[in-house]
Amino acid sequence: MAPELSERLLWTLGGIGGLLVIASVALAILGLVKPDYDWRELRLRVKSWWVMAIIFALAISFDRRLSLAFLAFVSYIAFKEFLSLVPTRRADRRVLLWAYLAIPIQYVWIGIEWYGMFIIFVPVYMFLLLPARMVLIGVTEGYLRAAGTLHWGLMTTVFSLGHAAFLLVLPAEGNPGAGGPGLLLYLILLTQLNDVAQFIWGKSLGRRKVLPTVSPGKTYEGLVGGVATTIVLATLLGPWLTPMSLLHSAAAGALIGFGGFLGDVTVSAIKRDLGTKDSGDLLPGHGGILDRVDSLTFTAPLFFHFVFYLYY
Amino acid sequence: MIALLRWTFFLLVVRPIVLVILGLNVRHRERLPLTGPAILVANHNSHFDTMVLMSLYPLRALPKLRPVAAADYFMRSGALQWFSTRIIGIIPVDRGARARGEDPLAGAGLALDHGDILILFPEGTRGEPEAMAKFKKGVAHLVKRHPEVPVYPIFLHGSGKVLPKGAVIPVPFFVDVFVGEPLAWSGEVDAYMDQLNTYMAALAKEGKFPPWE
Repeated sequence: MAPELSERLLWTLGGIGGLLVIASVALAILGLVKPDYDWRELRLRVKSWWVMAIIFALAISFDRRLSLAFLAFVSYIAFKEFLSLVPTRRADRRVLLWAYLAIPIQYVWIGIEWYGMFIIFVPVYMFLLLPARMVLIGVTEGYLRAAGTLHWGLMTTVFSLGHAAFLLVLPAEGNPGAGGPGLLLYLILLTQLNDVAQFIWGKSLGRRKVLPTVSPGKTYEGLVGGVATTIVLATLLGPWLTPMSLLHSAAAGALIGFGGFLGDVTVSAIKRDLGTKDSGDLLPGHGGILDRVDSLTFTAPLFFHFVFYLYY
Repeated sequence: MIALLRWTFFLLVVRPIVLVILGLNVRHRERLPLTGPAILVANHNSHFDTMVLMSLYPLRALPKLRPVAAADYFMRSGALQWFSTRIIGIIPVDRGARARGEDPLAGAGLALDHGDILILFPEGTRGEPEAMAKFKKGVAHLVKRHPEVPVYPIFLHGSGKVLPKGAVIPVPFFVDVFVGEPLAWSGEVDAYMDQLNTYMAALAKEGKFPPWE
C-alpha cells in the first residue's frame, strides 16, 4: 500500500462502504415491505454506486499516476459523451481529434505540477487553437456554434474536472492528515452526497419547483435540505480530510451544495435543449458519465480555488 | 489454433476499440437472439459496424457469429482474404454471382443450416455516413428459403461519424444500437421488404440524434 494512503482515508473509504451497505439493506427491506412498488431503477442505481465507489477507491489508493490516468479517462469519456450529444460539423471531424488530444496534455501539466500551464492551457491555448484550425477548413456555416460548443465541452469535462485531479498534486505538507487524496475524496464524496441528499429531501418534502422549465424534479425543499445536509457533513469531515478550519469547512459545504445544484441543472438544460433525457447508458440507473459528473464540473473548480487560495 | 487467434484478436483488439474508442449505448439488448439460426440486419455506416454488432455478444458466441460481406471488397488480396474469412469470420458474397447464374447466397444459407447467427447489411454498402438507404432484397430471398429463421432489425447511429467511408483515422464517438423485435417471414418478397424497411424507420425514430453535416 502506498504511503500516501493515510489512516484517515481508509476510515473514510470504510465509511462509504458502510453507507452503501446501509443503502443496500434499506432497499432490500423496502422491497419486502412494499413489494408492489417498482424498485428496479433505485436498485440499479445503488448497484452502480457500488461499482463506482469500488473503482474510485482503487483508483486513488495506489499510485498517483494511476489516479491521474483514471481521472483523465473520466474526462475522456465525459468529453466523448458530450461530443456525441451535441451537433458537430462533419467538416470538423479532424478538429475534434485535436480537442481530444488536449486531454492527455492537460493531465500531463497536472502530473508535472505545472500550475501556470494547467490553468491557462484550455482557456487560452485551446481556445485559440481550435477555432484557428477550424477556420483553416474554410466552412463558415455554423462556425460560431461549432467553436462555442467545442470549447464549452473542453472547459467542463477537461478543464473543470481537471481541478479535481490537481487536488491530488497539491503539496502534501499542506494537508498533513490526509494529503491530496484526502482533498479529492472530500470533494467527490460531498458532491455525490449532495446530489443524493437533494434527491432524498426533494422526494420526501419537495413541493415548490425551483426550476420547472429546466429540471421539473428539483424543488426548493430538496435544494435547501440538500445544501444544509452538505454543510453539516462538510463541517464534520473538513478537519478530518482537509487542512480547513470548521468555519471554512462549512463555507466549502455551502459552495459544494449550491455549486453542485448549478452544475446539475446546467447539464439538464443542455440535454433539454438537445431533446435527450440521459447522456448515455454507461451507468445503469444514473444515465451516462455526464449525468454523474455534472455537479462536479462546478464543484471541482469552486472547491479547488477556495482551498487553494486559503491554504496553499 | 485459428479459433484461439480469433478469440484473442477480439478480446485484445476489437473489444477495447469498440468499448474505449467508440463506446456503446444499447437499447433493448434483451431482444438479441442468444442462439441461432438467426439473422441480424443493420444499417451500414462504417467498417466499425460489424465490430459493434459482434461485440454485443459474449466472446464464447464468436464461432456462431458470421458477418456477410462483399467478396469483391474483402477478398481483394490474399492477406485481406485470410483476415476477413479466418479472423473476422465473414461469409463472402459475390455481388456479381447472380449475373452469371450462380447463387450468391449459398454460403449464407449453409451457415443458417449450421445454426449460425448471420450479420447482414442490406444497404449493400456503407454509402453516405449516417444516412440510411433502402434495403436491398437479398435478405428476403434468403429468408424465403429459410422461413423459420427470425430476422432482427438493428439500427446503428454514430459509427459513421467515427469512421465514414473514405476516412482513415477514427474520431471517438459513442454509437447507439437499437435492437428491434424479430420479424418473421411473411410469404412475399416485396411485402417483406416493405415491412423490414418500416421496422427500421420506426427503430431509427426511437432516438433523437444531433445533426451532423
